[in-house]
Amino acid sequence: MKFRLEKRDYRSTRMAVLVPVVSLLVSFILGAIVLLISDANPFQAYAAMLKGAFGSQTKLQYTLVKSIPLLLCGLAVGIAFRLKFWNIGAEGQYVGGVIGITWVMQFWTFLPTTLLLPVGMVVGILFGAMWGGIPGVLKAQWSVDETLTTLMMNYIIIGFAEYLYFNAWKAPRGNMGTVLYPKEAWLPRIWGRVHGGIFFALILVGILWFVLYKTRWGFELNMIGKNKRAAECQGVSIKKNIILAMLLSGAIAGLAGVIDAAAVTHQLTKGVDSGYGFTGIIIAWMSGLNPIISIIVSVIMAAIETGSDALQMTMKLPNAMGAVLQGLILIPLLAGNIFIEYRLLVIKNRKEVTA
Amino acid sequence: MNMLDFITKLLAATLAMGTSLAYATVGEVYTQKTGILNLGMEGIMLMGALAGFSTAFNTGNLYLALMMAMLVGGFFSLIHAFLCITMRANQVPAGLAITMFGTGLANFLGERLGPASNGYNLTGMNIPDKFSNIAIPFLSDIPIIGALFDVSLLTYALYILIPFAWFFMYKTKHGMVVRAVGENPRTAASMGISVTRIRYVYTVIGGMLAGLGGACLSLSFTPSWNEGMTSGKGWIVIALVIFSTWNPGRVVIGTLVFGGITSLQFSLQAAGLKMVIPSQFLGFSPYLITLVALAAMTIINQKKRGSFASPSALGTSFAIDDK
Amino acid sequence: MSELTTDETPVVRMVNITKHFPGVLANDQVDLALHRGEVLALLGENGAGKSTLMNMLVGLYQADSGEIFVKGELVDINSPQDSMALGIGMIHQEFMLVGNMSVAENIVLGMKGLPFVPPMAEIREKITELSKRYGLQVYPDKIIQDLSVGEQQRVEILKLLYRGADILILDEPTAVLTPGEARDLNEILKKMLAEGKSAIFITHKMDEVMEFSHTVQVLRRGKSVSVCPTKTIERVQDLANMMVGRDILFSLERGSYNPGATKIEVKDLLALPVGGGKPVLDNISFTVREGEIFGVAGVAGNGQQQLSEALTGLLKVNGGTISLNGKDMTNKTPLQVIKAGVSHIPADRGRMGVVGDMSVGDNLSMKKYRTSELSAHNIIKRGLVRKFADRLIDLFTIKTPNQDTSVKFLSGGNIQKTILAREIDSCGGILVAVYPSRGLDVGATEAVRQNIIKQRDKGCAVVLVSEELEELLMVADKIAVMFEGRIMDIVDAKDAKTEELGMLMAGVERRDI
Repeated sequence: MKFRLEKRDYRSTRMAVLVPVVSLLVSFILGAIVLLISDANPFQAYAAMLKGAFGSQTKLQYTLVKSIPLLLCGLAVGIAFRLKFWNIGAEGQYVGGVIGITWVMQFWTFLPTTLLLPVGMVVGILFGAMWGGIPGVLKAQWSVDETLTTLMMNYIIIGFAEYLYFNAWKAPRGNMGTVLYPKEAWLPRIWGRVHGGIFFALILVGILWFVLYKTRWGFELNMIGKNKRAAECQGVSIKKNIILAMLLSGAIAGLAGVIDAAAVTHQLTKGVDSGYGFTGIIIAWMSGLNPIISIIVSVIMAAIETGSDALQMTMKLPNAMGAVLQGLILIPLLAGNIFIEYRLLVIKNRKEVTA
Repeated sequence: MNMLDFITKLLAATLAMGTSLAYATVGEVYTQKTGILNLGMEGIMLMGALAGFSTAFNTGNLYLALMMAMLVGGFFSLIHAFLCITMRANQVPAGLAITMFGTGLANFLGERLGPASNGYNLTGMNIPDKFSNIAIPFLSDIPIIGALFDVSLLTYALYILIPFAWFFMYKTKHGMVVRAVGENPRTAASMGISVTRIRYVYTVIGGMLAGLGGACLSLSFTPSWNEGMTSGKGWIVIALVIFSTWNPGRVVIGTLVFGGITSLQFSLQAAGLKMVIPSQFLGFSPYLITLVALAAMTIINQKKRGSFASPSALGTSFAIDDK
Repeated sequence: MSELTTDETPVVRMVNITKHFPGVLANDQVDLALHRGEVLALLGENGAGKSTLMNMLVGLYQADSGEIFVKGELVDINSPQDSMALGIGMIHQEFMLVGNMSVAENIVLGMKGLPFVPPMAEIREKITELSKRYGLQVYPDKIIQDLSVGEQQRVEILKLLYRGADILILDEPTAVLTPGEARDLNEILKKMLAEGKSAIFITHKMDEVMEFSHTVQVLRRGKSVSVCPTKTIERVQDLANMMVGRDILFSLERGSYNPGATKIEVKDLLALPVGGGKPVLDNISFTVREGEIFGVAGVAGNGQQQLSEALTGLLKVNGGTISLNGKDMTNKTPLQVIKAGVSHIPADRGRMGVVGDMSVGDNLSMKKYRTSELSAHNIIKRGLVRKFADRLIDLFTIKTPNQDTSVKFLSGGNIQKTILAREIDSCGGILVAVYPSRGLDVGATEAVRQNIIKQRDKGCAVVLVSEELEELLMVADKIAVMFEGRIMDIVDAKDAKTEELGMLMAGVERRDI
């Protein structure tokens, strides 16, 4: 018996829905094996995770708070991925945002306190845009490989941020971290721990959906992502759009950092490289680059993270379990995508073909 | 400390630092030469470091540890091969997936495979034995180049591996097949070569070498396990492949330069330069230099053509009945 | 061709071969027989199943059913290595050579029984000896990408001879050659046949069939429709009819030639390749006027592609000027060129013409989405796009389930019609068409040619790049012949002679003809 893949003559929408869902399940099954190997009961562990993520109102709030920067990072990465520009630097662009807002909060004291938040947000977003724009320009002008440039820039800015919170911007008391932002300039909470950033995220989803699916620019991005050369022949400028998309992508990742800093950490400190930028890659891929679906996916990813924190508390299992599960989702997802355009044929012997 | 001494020490540190990179880079060169881009190196190296360390910790046998590291590296790259070759997934996200999964799993297992007395954590544990430096009498006393003859077994092995890797690629029939598959898979197939098989084989070999490279980090020098201890070396490897222009012989230059920069940074920190340049700046300098070098290299290569180019079929999937 | 006298068992016999591809029956119970010393011409339209049948003989594909006998024995060919072991070798239409490897490496690549370290000196010697014997001049140490197309084909032939093939399959071997090179190939073939080798020759050129072959076999839509000795064929027209199953048009309706004002003026155009070397466009000058079709002839790879890209803004030139409608448009962006009224039917349909993963409707609106016809204030009006796409689908009879189907699921002819519809609909007076009928069946080819002529009759200035002289003589008003980046000469299509154009294509100067 042999297996063979045969191209379908249409895109299977059933598979397009089924594949991500099955991938999630498969990742949990494989995760169970990892748990078994490390001597833990998977059922207990998953129950603990579920409880840890959604078990109470506070826990649900924690999960939602986490899902806000995740959603934004997912959107940021998704825009670049649309162009097949592999931005794996959302992490660094996020840190850029935090550095930007912290700079304003700490040093632009000439501003009235009410203006600190909006100005800080704008500056943070600009920092993120700049950090995304540089690899964009390098790629557009000289086709420098973006996976490497965006990644190297992560390390650079994370090192720089470290320098700031350990040395240059360190608060007088304590051994790391900048001065806390003035309380009046914090992004207000709206429900328990859930803060106003959620509006920014949801409004952005709406805007992006409209831009990507309804406007000329969205149409152009779609063309470039699916066939760069053909888009060029139709008069679409590849260079300009790569740079624009990367500025936007960096700006959104910067916004994620800005919001988290203004609403949760209120300072630049250790742990600013939280991994949201990398999880954003999974969110973007799993949602098929669709902003609206990203909402659901980012809540699931946030739940895995808060759930695995709970795992550490209750079952003394490393919270890296969350990263294992998240990493595991992509593998069946990537493997399964082929079934959207191909079908599997089972060939019993050479002369006989059955579907 | 005089200058000569400083340079000799720097070279020694460079070799120690470069060893891990060289193994993984040779591996990735071979993988990419068949047309498969494996961005999973960071995860695979970290898994290799963990597999090596935990095996050495539990058995005390360093060679078994190396074998485990290679086995694990091979397994992870097999997943990558399956995704990219059989399932025709896009190679970039597939590599990212391997890196994310590998990093997560290594960090998870690192806190599970240790002794109960340490809360199952491997961090902070020691191993009985390590790959220490073996000095060759007389040769190792020569100033500067003496450093070449006072290295660990892992580095000595490279003195054979790299020339062999070059010879294998450009002088043997297998190397010819590797180059053909990455350059023009259709032609290779028409000559009766199984593109699928070749790509699987060299992706797995590449992963095994990366696993070995990871184990170099945790088994020589100061043997230890730390969460995320590869700290981006897997990505540096991808850059080094570009710097070596896909020629396994030229891997030497890239790894020496990069290993040199990294160890120079450590020596400068030790020499008290911290007062002048903040340590964090020195810390990220290797990445900054990689970034600048990559950009410069890409721009220069565009003006030239031919032998500096990447394999034509790099990153593309292949099926004979695709039209 | 020499007389063929043989009754012995055929060296190759294919019986009842059937092969399916998704949605297509590529071969339907085909029989084929080839004798020792025979040249069999396999004739048929694009998509008739010729290449598929041959790919099964060399083991690249496997038949769903049917049997293959080689030298009288039933064989199972599962890979090119199996067929090579039986002495069967194929020269594919698109050369199977690794560009950055040497001639010698290419010749021995993947050979069974090669030692771990191939003895290159011995191999070189053997290649030199073979090339002397058959008059195939090549240098074993040269890198493939530095060779001309003709030289590359010689390497392909040597590859087969080196491996001792005595059954040769040639898939349209003359398509990329100048008439002179094609004659050389014929000489080489004769030498090989004299040694008892046999050949199957895939082609769609009737004159080659008549000149080279002993037997003709015609395939139509996957079925074998006729096998007969070449000498029994009286009229070329009969062969053509057998191929398509109906009479084909040998002339097209067209209005009289009344050129108007100059639309395109190209002066001293110079383009250098990246990294230096011989210019790809060398001192090119010409003008095209309203209501005129300016044909560009030449063997593929002599600068026609670059010329079309320079005209459409895709390639930056290093010298000279291009003016469109009297305005200087040298090195302007593709968008500026489009806005100046230029439409472009690119050479590579799949890679340049359409976005395969987008719908037919989207692909049709890829020029006009930015105009007020389909959008307002940067927002695309979906309702207008739907109506617009349906109208074009009707007008150009594009066969598609609906406008939401992804273009990549359409046939080649319908993909080309999609491009044609979009470009002609948005055409503002200048049309640049590159190999517009390449790889299309007769019906689609006719549609494409007629549409191009219609544009000319409406007053459009058309640049038509083609590798088929027949097409140019039928459609164009003027023909320029390109060779190594230069225009050898520009002639009026009505007085042009095929032989003369053929000489120019081979780089023979006008004064030497």
